[in-house]
Amino acid sequence: MSRITETSWMIGGPQGSGVDSSATLFARAMAVAGFWVYGKREYHSNIKGKHSYFQIRASHDVVRSHIDPIHMLATFEDSTAVIHAHEIMPEGALIYDPGLTKPEVLEMDASVKLFPLDYEGIIRELAEEEGKPAAKLAIVKNTISVAASLALYGVGVDVLEEALKGLFHGKKSKLVGINLKAGIKAYEAIKAIAHAQDFKYQMQEQPNKPDAESRLLMNGAAACGIGKLKAGMRFQTYYSITPAVDECIYLEQHSEYGIVVYQAEDEIASINMANGAAVTGARVATATSGPGFCLKAEGIGWAGMNEVPTVIFNYMRGGPSTGLPTRSEQGDLLFAVNIGHGDFPKIVLSPGDMEECFEDGFNCFNFAERYQTPVIVLVDKALANSTQSIKKFADQGLRVDRGKRVTKVDSYDPADPSTGLPKFPRFQITEDGISPRPIPGTPGGIHFLTGDEHTEYGFITEEPAIRMQMMEKRARKLVTAANEIPEHLQFKMYGPENADLTIIGWGSTKGAVLDALDRFKEQGKSVNYLHIRLMSPFPVDAITRILNKAKQRLIIESNFTNQLAKLIRQETGIDIEHKAVKYTGRPFSQCEILEAVKEVQEKQSRKVVLINGH
Amino acid sequence: MATKQQTEQTFPTLGVKLKPFQLRSDKNPDWCPGCGDFGIVNAIQQAVSELQLQPWKVEFFAGIGCSGKSAQYLQAYGIHTLHGRVLPYALGAKIANPNNVVIATGGDGDGYGIGAGHFIHAGRRNVDITYIVFDNEVYGLTKGQASPTLEVGMQPKSLALPHISQAINPLALAIASGYTFVARSYAFDAKHLKQTIMDAINHRGVSLVDVHQPCPTYNDLHPKEYYTETVNSGQSELPRLQYLEETGYNGFVEDATDLEAYQAKKIAAIAEAYKLTDRVVLGTYWKVSLPTYADRLETNIPLLREYAPMDVPFHDDNMIANTDLSSACEEFVV
Repeated sequence: MSRITETSWMIGGPQGSGVDSSATLFARAMAVAGFWVYGKREYHSNIKGKHSYFQIRASHDVVRSHIDPIHMLATFEDSTAVIHAHEIMPEGALIYDPGLTKPEVLEMDASVKLFPLDYEGIIRELAEEEGKPAAKLAIVKNTISVAASLALYGVGVDVLEEALKGLFHGKKSKLVGINLKAGIKAYEAIKAIAHAQDFKYQMQEQPNKPDAESRLLMNGAAACGIGKLKAGMRFQTYYSITPAVDECIYLEQHSEYGIVVYQAEDEIASINMANGAAVTGARVATATSGPGFCLKAEGIGWAGMNEVPTVIFNYMRGGPSTGLPTRSEQGDLLFAVNIGHGDFPKIVLSPGDMEECFEDGFNCFNFAERYQTPVIVLVDKALANSTQSIKKFADQGLRVDRGKRVTKVDSYDPADPSTGLPKFPRFQITEDGISPRPIPGTPGGIHFLTGDEHTEYGFITEEPAIRMQMMEKRARKLVTAANEIPEHLQFKMYGPENADLTIIGWGSTKGAVLDALDRFKEQGKSVNYLHIRLMSPFPVDAITRILNKAKQRLIIESNFTNQLAKLIRQETGIDIEHKAVKYTGRPFSQCEILEAVKEVQEKQSRKVVLINGH
Repeated sequence: MATKQQTEQTFPTLGVKLKPFQLRSDKNPDWCPGCGDFGIVNAIQQAVSELQLQPWKVEFFAGIGCSGKSAQYLQAYGIHTLHGRVLPYALGAKIANPNNVVIATGGDGDGYGIGAGHFIHAGRRNVDITYIVFDNEVYGLTKGQASPTLEVGMQPKSLALPHISQAINPLALAIASGYTFVARSYAFDAKHLKQTIMDAINHRGVSLVDVHQPCPTYNDLHPKEYYTETVNSGQSELPRLQYLEETGYNGFVEDATDLEAYQAKKIAAIAEAYKLTDRVVLGTYWKVSLPTYADRLETNIPLLREYAPMDVPFHDDNMIANTDLSSACEEFVV
């Protein structure tokens, strides 16, 4: 029997029933077994009851996205099979509770193999052995689903044990034993089903297991948080909003770093508190999502006007208004690059994978302090909430840049206190647009900040000549930034240099596109990918050059109006001729990238709309 | 924890008393002649001088409106913020660096109107800042609309029709919200105002000083003369201004751990703030010593006993980031 080297697995259930922890356990187990893992989480804006699911892809090679068909669907109640059974590929597996699910009524391929699992029986048996009431053990259903899946894939019970130990550590470690017992019973139950050993999609053992110490099973929200910790951020403000809270909760759990995570009374307070802390000299950020980002506009403008290094993370969910609170969209790009009234420089970054989340989480503070202007980081919900096994972050030798921060003024003489009093030209006109920035507490650094137009010392003025000088000075900073920010942090090309088709994209779609590039290579198709990370200042010259050289161009985005295409056209004058969009709130799968390319290459489609995913 | 019980502040002082003029920036105020703002900023300068604060350690925040401009006139780090947002700025600054002295100012419209949410929540936090509200019952800079402290039925000359919304009571609201020092003063009672501001700065925790002031341009109901004229009590003519000490009321809580006494005192303070009188009663209505936000943070985050959040070390002398990520990554290792 031939085994496979890559699989797509799904578990679902009502929210609050442990779908997330089951998926985490499965992902961990597959990672322990040496596979590379990618997982995507879909859930409703609801606490208990509504359908949620988690899809996990495991492979011998690095995986960065999901595919639509699944090899195995694990269920422990009836709704998941009804919703997802049709996605099981021919000869795939359905694990189900025969007391709840009747396979004959499901819409699915006739060749799907059935694996009934007597959840109640297993739990009853366990309850008797342990001398505990069965109702108290109901939660081990999740482990039973995962163990049965592992058994079918041919992954050993030792792997389950190690994964359980990883999941339940510290105070929770007492849960390992009972879950392992439940798991062993599930292994036995699967073994007792005769056709289990003929299951077509058993996983081939990973021949070159990566070193466990060098790998992390990471999610995007935590990757951003870890980058921020490395950057020295010890103060973050937020107001509770999905999905930005995930990063905040993660950071608050790490008080050993001395980090203050402040839950403000509202979004407006959180941006303005961050401004106050940034003025005072802290590396500080605020995290939010769409609706909250709208409320922060005025505060971001104040930071722009006063040249304050405030960092704003906007986790992008489906808009407009409350929109799709728990789903993903790349719908805030044009708002972010234009946020606030009037003209002021802002730096806008958008990471595309876990490593870029870490990098941008680190670099945003260097940029904010060097260019003394707000930095906005746009993170797709799809990236924040996805799980991926990655190599450990390259966190050694990273340089901290605090720019023209001043903590000592030479003219101050401690013996004569009055030398600490004179005012300081905080907004001095300079060639690069960046002025020295004394931190409050510094004698001799006294200056004034105001959202009004102001002089070099920060005094309010309405003089036309000074107004012009100040507008021009602030704008120059963005030119300086465009010249200085290293190219690999602005954009990156992947794939062959001269390709027949160039895909353009940003944010989380990077994973699906890179996975698709691997497939194109196997198929002998010549396709490359331009991934754009720096949205403001936009890398005009380089992008113009690349796009002019491209033979055929396809832009892929998770929004309705092709916001990046619009930005590119605004900045370069180039209208990208083929567009693929998805606005269901669900991320692109690898399959959908292949489909979009096929549509473009075979039918010359101008606009492809993708719809996959429940 | 002994130091946490202390009621008063200790700041590093300058060692000399600066002349108030040295604490004036070289920008001239552009308020209307006779504006109460002059009196308040003057008293702040006097207080900073008297306390011998190091001016470069003072972060002086202001909101938007006539009072907002005061941030330009004190020789300290002066930060003119956004309408209604002065408290978030001040809180962010103080949490980032507790070693600076943070003073926030703003108008009644700014603080009790557009900024009302922040006003309430600042009480809950008890961050160690001083908030001085310039209270003249009108929005001056937009030409005299009613502010949240204008009583129902009033019609200053700037209003087309009599006011039909009720006023809030800022002192009662502050006490109910958790402020740990709540006082009222008057812009042109230089001595009382200076002393009240000094007490507020010295207080450990969040303090509110609501300062009555005339608006000579838009509020003709309560001009300067209103505060200097006498009130007929039925038996005799009494000055408009009265001091709380004269009434026998004492709003200081001696022991906040005696919960019953503490609650009773709080209710009494709110009642005092609502007392019907024709006089304007100045003084400290409420003062209690409770752990500050920084104290509570230190309990949760021991590293902050050693460092201000902005000073937690994160790089070496060569500016290489040296935070060890192993505990942050621990749960993700597979």
